[in-house]
Amino acid sequence: MDKLRQKTKELLSNNEVQIVVGYEEGTAGKARPAFISSPDQADTLIYDDRCIHNLAVYLTQHKLPGNTKIAVVASFPVMKSIITLASEKQLDENFIRVIGISKDNNIIEFKDFADIERYINQQDLTFTPEEQALIEKIDAMSMEERWAYWQNEFSRCFKCYACRSACPMCYCTLCITDFNQPQWVSVPSHKQGNFEWHINRAMHLAGRCIGCDECSRACPLDLPINLLTKKLSMDIQKQFGYSAGQSLTEPYALSTYKPDDKETFIR
Amino acid sequence: MNEFEPKVVAFVCNWCTYAGADLTGTSRIKYAPNVKIIRFPCTGRIDFMLILKAFAKGADGIIISGCHPNDCHYTSGNFHAKRRWMVFRTMLDFLGVDVNRITFSWVSAAEGARWAEIVNSTVDAIKKLGPYDNYRNMVNQETEVNNG
Repeated sequence: MDKLRQKTKELLSNNEVQIVVGYEEGTAGKARPAFISSPDQADTLIYDDRCIHNLAVYLTQHKLPGNTKIAVVASFPVMKSIITLASEKQLDENFIRVIGISKDNNIIEFKDFADIERYINQQDLTFTPEEQALIEKIDAMSMEERWAYWQNEFSRCFKCYACRSACPMCYCTLCITDFNQPQWVSVPSHKQGNFEWHINRAMHLAGRCIGCDECSRACPLDLPINLLTKKLSMDIQKQFGYSAGQSLTEPYALSTYKPDDKETFIR
Repeated sequence: MNEFEPKVVAFVCNWCTYAGADLTGTSRIKYAPNVKIIRFPCTGRIDFMLILKAFAKGADGIIISGCHPNDCHYTSGNFHAKRRWMVFRTMLDFLGVDVNRITFSWVSAAEGARWAEIVNSTVDAIKKLGPYDNYRNMVNQETEVNNG
């Protein structure tokens, strides 16, 4: 933690960056994102197990005034998000400094994005045991039961779009749900609208989801919506060998193809 | 009691299946009249939302068809579409949507008889499955005006 504060002070006082995004003490014993813009604020920064927000979401918001350089405290999922965003040409390497945090809470210095790519390359997306159990439970259900299960889950959704706001990969300035000519997703949070919204979200994140689970943490109703995107990402990993957040150059699985992709259902 | 006549929507590509369906007609091959054919520039254009919208508007079954692999007018539209369907089908299955109601097929412009066979077998299968009440009820339960 001291090293992190030290580094922040250093970056800010040398004017290498103008803002450092990290975590600070929040209310009710929780950590919250902090935006540090002067060296004397740096002592509010913390880093511990409670710091789970995916800060990569703040890097693509287009809210920074031009030429502002930003440094971000990056845990492992944040690094993966940064690689995915960079591979989609959403981040400018010259304006972003990444202060990596290793598993044993040490600071890692990265020269550039390629450095991060090398660092994270070994690690695969995994389900937690609870998620795995839930997936297996849903897979074992009959079609009718699955339908009932998800209808019940989705019926609680009131479309606050917190899942969208929290997700670093949901960076479109005009989301398909905001279109009204034609209207793809009905606005009120009734069953059809909810269903369509969650399918849209999952499909647009299919294979791009790096599995940080920020969506379900952000969800005020604790819907297990991270399962949808994560499951699709893992399926894509299995079928097409593409895994999000691992490579800066590999094309996204659904924007490319192999002539010998194997399927079993096309007649 | 009248027999249940399913509504089947076919999303087809302009270059192969639409021409193939045309050939079915000019060859005077009879096939089930339940199908409503919608022409698209390419299978790559068939967005997954269109499938959901078709179900929401009362379709009981859906056919999606285009050029055989390597025959796409735009070289790779059907390959891209294939990947998307693979992912989308997994998604629908996981959410409990009846994926047996969606027929994916490749039908070339020379396969008029095959098109008739695909439509007939799909309509037969949907007749056995019955109306798609699950999805329709989800839509109809809404009190709000469903715009569209």
